[in-house]
Amino acid sequence: MTTFILIMKKFMGDRLAITGLAIIVCLILTAFLAPYIATHPRDVFAVHPAERLQGPNARHVFGTDDMGRDIFSRVVFGSRISLLISIVAIGVALLIGVPIGLITGYYGNRVSELLMRISDIFLAVPQIILALALAAALGPSIQNVILALSFTYWPWFTRTVHAETRSLKNSIFIEATEALGIGAWRTIVFHVLPNVSSSIIVRASLGMGYTILTASVLGFLGVGAQPPAPEWGVTIANSRRFLPDAWWYATFPGLAIFMVVMGFNMFGDGLRDILDPRIRRAKR
Amino acid sequence: MAPPLLEIRKLSIHFHADYGVVKAISEANLRIGREEIVGLVGESGCGKTTIARAILRVIPTPPGEIQEGVILFDGQDLLRLAPQQMEQEIRGSAITFIPQEPLLSLNPVFKIRTQITDLLFWKARQEASGNSWTGRMGRTWRYLRPWAANLDRSSLEPIVEMFREVQIPAPLLQLNKLPHELSGGQRQRIMIAMALLTHPRLIIADEPTTALDVTVQAQIIRLLKKLVRERGVSVLFITHDLGVAKEICDRIVVLYAGQEMESAPRDHFFERPCHPYTRGLLDSLPNVRGKIVDIPGEVPNLISPPAACRFHPRCDRVQPICREQRPPAHEITSGHWVRCFNPIQYGAR
Amino acid sequence: MNRGLSEDSRMAGIGEGGTGETILEVSNIRKYFPVRGGLFGSPTGWARAVDGVSFRLRRETILGLVGESGCGKSTLGKAIAGIIRRDEGAVFLGGRQVGFGKEAKDLRREIQYIYQDPGASLDPWWIIGWTLREPLRVHTNLSRSEIDERVMKMVRAVGLSESHLVRYPHEFSGGQQRRLGLARVLMLNPRVIIFDEPTSGLDVSVQATILKLFLRLKGQFHLSYLFISHDLSVIRMICHEVAVMYLGKIVEMGDTKSIFEHPMHPYTKFLLSAIPEIWDEGKQRRTLILSGEPPSPDQLPPGCRFQNRCPLAGEECRRSEPELVEREDGHRVACFHSSRVERIDALASVEQ
Repeated sequence: MTTFILIMKKFMGDRLAITGLAIIVCLILTAFLAPYIATHPRDVFAVHPAERLQGPNARHVFGTDDMGRDIFSRVVFGSRISLLISIVAIGVALLIGVPIGLITGYYGNRVSELLMRISDIFLAVPQIILALALAAALGPSIQNVILALSFTYWPWFTRTVHAETRSLKNSIFIEATEALGIGAWRTIVFHVLPNVSSSIIVRASLGMGYTILTASVLGFLGVGAQPPAPEWGVTIANSRRFLPDAWWYATFPGLAIFMVVMGFNMFGDGLRDILDPRIRRAKR
Repeated sequence: MAPPLLEIRKLSIHFHADYGVVKAISEANLRIGREEIVGLVGESGCGKTTIARAILRVIPTPPGEIQEGVILFDGQDLLRLAPQQMEQEIRGSAITFIPQEPLLSLNPVFKIRTQITDLLFWKARQEASGNSWTGRMGRTWRYLRPWAANLDRSSLEPIVEMFREVQIPAPLLQLNKLPHELSGGQRQRIMIAMALLTHPRLIIADEPTTALDVTVQAQIIRLLKKLVRERGVSVLFITHDLGVAKEICDRIVVLYAGQEMESAPRDHFFERPCHPYTRGLLDSLPNVRGKIVDIPGEVPNLISPPAACRFHPRCDRVQPICREQRPPAHEITSGHWVRCFNPIQYGAR
Repeated sequence: MNRGLSEDSRMAGIGEGGTGETILEVSNIRKYFPVRGGLFGSPTGWARAVDGVSFRLRRETILGLVGESGCGKSTLGKAIAGIIRRDEGAVFLGGRQVGFGKEAKDLRREIQYIYQDPGASLDPWWIIGWTLREPLRVHTNLSRSEIDERVMKMVRAVGLSESHLVRYPHEFSGGQQRRLGLARVLMLNPRVIIFDEPTSGLDVSVQATILKLFLRLKGQFHLSYLFISHDLSVIRMICHEVAVMYLGKIVEMGDTKSIFEHPMHPYTKFLLSAIPEIWDEGKQRRTLILSGEPPSPDQLPPGCRFQNRCPLAGEECRRSEPELVEREDGHRVACFHSSRVERIDALASVEQ
């Protein structure tokens, strides 16, 4: 029985992980098929002042906002923005953080120590403050949000990868690989990396949830996506004036954020439990 | 003949794993007499440790399942005993255990003296206050009270005495050490001391010398033999090393894939084995005759083991009936039992 | 000269050792490990794991290296193979010195080391096929199909089949993992293989099968073996020569037969008597008891390392360390009292 099938079987048994995965899949499908799912696709930009602030009804499942726009469609399109931001931010953080972690973990020399201290510095920077500073300097935009997020998240990848690489370096099969004359580069890329891949995936999954949340906060603060972009945080920010009467205005985007972040967390947690190396030692 | 101290009859144990049901033990029988050292030998995975755990009833019963069988200890069926009774009267008192690697069994952050005094404290209090709620609360309270938990110097006497008996030099010094500060041989002596402190009737030793160097192993075997003889304690000595078994055991039982194959007094076992597997094992031992002999085939998968006699696929004396029925135990001579339809002629080399 | 094996052994494939020619020579190997203490972890002392070991391995022979845990045999094996850097000493393969630089890389590859824990030396994320292909991919310019062909040949040579190539290491038993580790090492056409405890943890029948495999491969590929083990009965069975190690030094070395029948070092005598013997072969067995503990490797006393446990220890033993000196034909001992070694039978506690 191969490792993969074993992992699948264990995964199926973990209800939280499955739920998480389901939510993530829904998110991705929603983002891709947004034009087809949204009931009023043109409401992303079109305004209908006559229909403003209607509660949830048959035509507008989530109600309308102060510009008469269908909230359901805007939430659906908002998923694209959130997904985009988090994928790119995590992607960049991964591309920066993982190689640094691998190298510092493998070569435990003074340069590595220096790099780890640098990553500590980045860790100490609060993401939101950095994003605000960037917005102040370069103007608020989605790109700047992505920049801020990836610049402050990469140390998490580095730490995880560094720790695992350090312990793998002491393992016998790495020693054996080196003994066979396999060079450092090959060893790191083809031997160390696959073995740390599971923690990278877990970290990425958790990071996605965290990033979406933070992106929404930044949107709320007006630093990221700008109106009329249907970003969830922005929508919530706009809804403040009309609360508590137009409760639907804030609730549905908020629920969307909640569900998505929960989904990534559940999936990541479940994955972490499953990808425990003990599985790989499972006997035939 | 006096009734045996421990008798296992038709014991079958299954384990439910993700990928199937492992039929670990299949209708096994085992007898340990009074003041007898019985060796349980077999290759890895054959079920020796499982049987030991079954006797102590420490097999977790979600994955594990005792399908059938009885384990009679002085007439009492241990499998049908209430868990509290098992814990208070049997485990750690009447039946004690010496593990393979003591470094893993001793708590690394407590001194030796604390671990042993804890043991004695609990055992003594268990007898005194019984198993009621109030009894257990009382015990816990007295344990937590710092001045009650550390027995004073005079109460260390029996422990020091026992340490002298297991030939640990400077016992008081060693008592104050942590487990990792001692050598393998010393730790194992401490485990032996702990096993003897509660005056057990049966000691189960699971590969106690496997992790030790040869010279230390020789010392430990000699020591254990002397002590159990003096106290009239029976021992179930589990090992895969036939040489060690020969040194210490009175009788040897060989296990293959969860089935016992042969049970013979020591000299008979080595000189006149009747079961083909025993013969194969003995032949594959390193020897100076220059020929290396091995047993063809591989140890079977216990999820779908061979039918009837589990050794039949690898046996060079196999008969059609071996595939259909498990051979019953057949006493060849006094004390020498074999489960085989076509055993090697007794006395043939 | 009889190397300690009977006529039958030639038929079983153990065979005579090769004639005289030295394939591997190690000279004065030393490896010390720092014992860290103090505030910033600065070394307070040195554990002399390997302290001046020299020997010669003849072509196509099997030299057994025995000793108990902590004697330094694994460290020595790794130091010879170049896996850990030796502090001092030289290694010569076929007369040429094996250094550390790039030029010596090819030469280093001809001495291979096989790990004690076979499963641990295989990458758990790689299927076996890749693991076996890797040494050739990295070190040679062979084409994909040539590499595959060699891999398949080797897999068959170690007694496994091609269908095993797509499996992961954890799907194999201990014995099979050992074969795979051996196959990987053989990919590079070594001349000397250092086995570190190759049979420990194996059941007797599996052990026998593996040993047969080792002997067959030795003949097939004309290999020479350094066989490190604490299992004296296995050593006795297949090694042509034996070296006994104690606390970082070789204390006795010679033919298997001489060592086992006429040990000349007190430690060897104790070691041999501790083996649980199954086949008494009619001999009266005296069991000697070795008392005391070996000193800590970073706090070795001046003089002979065995003095605190040796019943023959005298003044000179406390003053200076005995050298490894040839006493009989090919039989070398490091002891001032090797001529009086029989006295131990009377001096040490004897029991039946």
